[in-house]
Amino acid sequence: MNGVNVKDVSVAFGALKVIDGLSLDIAEGEFIVLLGPSGCGKSTLLNAIAGLLDVEEGKILIGGRNVTWEEPKDRSIAMVFQSYALYPRMSVRQNMSFGLKMAKTPRADIETRVTRAAEMLQITHLLDRRPDQLSGGQRQRVAIGRALVRDAAVFLFDEPLSNLDAQLRNELRLEIKRLHMELGSTTMIYVTHDQIEAMTLADRIAVMKDREIQQLGAPDELYHRPANLFVAGFVGSPKMNFLEGRIAAGASGLMFENDTVSLSLPDDVCAAPPAPGQAVTLGVRPEHIALDGGTWDGFRVDIVEPLGADALVWARRDRTSIQLRVTTDEPVKVGTPVALAPDPRRANLFDTETGRRL
Amino acid sequence: MTTIATTEEPTAPARRRRRMPLAAAIALVPAAIIVAVVYVGCMIWTVRLSFTSSRLLPNLDFVGFSQYERLLSNTRFLTSVENIVLFGVLFIAACLVFGFLMAVFIDQRIRGEALFRTIFLYPYSMSFIVTGLVWQWVLNPTLGVEDTLHKLGLTFIDVDWAVNRDTVVYALVLAAVWHGAGLVMAILLAGLRGVDADLWKAARVDGIPTWRVYTSIVLPLLGPMIVTAVVLLAISVARLYDLVVAMTGGGPGIASDVPAKFVMDHLFERSNIGLATSAATMMLITVAIVLAPWVYARYVRPQVPR
Ligand SMILES: Nc1ncnc2c1ncn2[C@@H]1O[C@H](COP(=O)(O)OP(=O)(O)OP(=O)(O)O)[C@@H](O)[C@H]1O
Ligand SMILES: [Mg+2]
Repeated sequence: MNGVNVKDVSVAFGALKVIDGLSLDIAEGEFIVLLGPSGCGKSTLLNAIAGLLDVEEGKILIGGRNVTWEEPKDRSIAMVFQSYALYPRMSVRQNMSFGLKMAKTPRADIETRVTRAAEMLQITHLLDRRPDQLSGGQRQRVAIGRALVRDAAVFLFDEPLSNLDAQLRNELRLEIKRLHMELGSTTMIYVTHDQIEAMTLADRIAVMKDREIQQLGAPDELYHRPANLFVAGFVGSPKMNFLEGRIAAGASGLMFENDTVSLSLPDDVCAAPPAPGQAVTLGVRPEHIALDGGTWDGFRVDIVEPLGADALVWARRDRTSIQLRVTTDEPVKVGTPVALAPDPRRANLFDTETGRRL
Repeated sequence: MTTIATTEEPTAPARRRRRMPLAAAIALVPAAIIVAVVYVGCMIWTVRLSFTSSRLLPNLDFVGFSQYERLLSNTRFLTSVENIVLFGVLFIAACLVFGFLMAVFIDQRIRGEALFRTIFLYPYSMSFIVTGLVWQWVLNPTLGVEDTLHKLGLTFIDVDWAVNRDTVVYALVLAAVWHGAGLVMAILLAGLRGVDADLWKAARVDGIPTWRVYTSIVLPLLGPMIVTAVVLLAISVARLYDLVVAMTGGGPGIASDVPAKFVMDHLFERSNIGLATSAATMMLITVAIVLAPWVYARYVRPQVPR
């Protein structure tokens, strides 16, 4: 019973409503990532769940218990911060045991919990050091350890890896994933604006923007069937290509066209077939377009960004610029004329006006 | 962070070794001369005079340590030393305690924060002379609080601290703390505001009581601010003179005398330059001893990379 239920919660700073009537149900043992651009209210939602911010309306349930007006320490949560927030001038051991000591946990119990957490995170040899004698990655391990000893039902992470360099980030990301698997029934809520973290860690991702959850779903679903233009553009790197156009009238079957290109689509691309002539936006991911041998001709290679395993290529025709990911051993030359071949089965259609997926 | 540190390391010694441009050196010459002549010169002159028998006018004979012997058997000087030690300890301790409490109070994001900050800091904008006069008036048995209380019929309360030889030093401490605690408050408040907000959140999640966060987590972080405050307070202890002159005149009798007043009186009123300069030299040595550890920690000890 470690689930979290957020019911119609609103949070405001003075007159500014940062979260408005938001609901989110998280199952026991689930790993939820809150993903969104800066300032969209991710931290605010997390702090509200933690009890560090008062909610204006709505309810928060943890493990089925209404904790809306309880102090953070009584909510059975643990939290890890971007800035580590370790207690300075205290050793790692003291950092991990201070909260337990305040809660009058028996000494022997504290000792076992600290030892176990330190072993899980491989920081046993650091227990007697002070935070200022640790590297960033070690500090964040200690902060995770401090959260771990609380034996909490729910773990809250607020961009825990943002202050680390790329290498350490990968390492600790894996560590967090492993931790989640080992702990089993512990629910984790993880805030980030790094989509690699989101895709790799999450059972489900909640994409947030403008005080709302834009889409809630498994990473796969977000990637393959984004609910709207914002999610389509925000998830995935490099970004999805968008082409504005309309549904061709009079064609047999579904057909997208604009002044530059046209593409015949299978019917199952849309849930409800749009009317001919409707203004739509076609979205195709860079990895779903082949460089040559297709029907989109008249393009020339504009820029090539080699990435090692593959290369990002910008192809251009007049004012239409399309990015694609090319896996090839032969280097692509700038200026080569190409006929792009998008995969129609993996295309997305959006209503241009509302931005929603069709 | 580590990458920045490593890239900067090789350039740092090079910068330190670089020569000062000639124009800058020339521009600094007058300042250097003033420092040498006025500060160092006067210091040496004072020390030299303390080994003479000068009375009204300086002369340059040499009488060894006889002035110091006289000084150390002079009751008035010994009283003044006792007073300054008692005053210094109480004043610094009380300023730190009250300053910290006021800073914590304001740090609660209370309404009218600016008003309280102004009220707490206001006394510091007055000179010690004004402070002394104010408190002399407040504690004056025939004009101030005592008189008011007695007129209200509360005759059993005596506020004669400033004219009672047993309590006069405490009266000075009271006035000086009123004057200086606001400064400590301002320094520590800046420190409190610099504490990472996430640290507070982490402590709340851990269920650590607020007072415990202040004592165990925040206070250690304020170390450098506290050192700064102590140095500033210690300086005002060492030069304590005007407050005493304005508030008690060193009295009753010599009960509230302090070393600076002893020096001034012997220099200008009692025409005993030899004794006065020896007392001044003693003060100089004491200040040097007190400040040495701080100067060492601050400037001499090689900076440990963080
Ligand atoms: N203490 C505060 N007072 C007033 N407004 C605030 C406060 N904290 C946050 N906000 C506002 O609330 C909005 C959401 O902030 P929040 O910190 O939740 O964003 P975020 O999604 O975590 O962004 P980031 O990715 O940059 O951390 C922002 O527009 C911010 O300006
Ligand atoms: Mg945030």
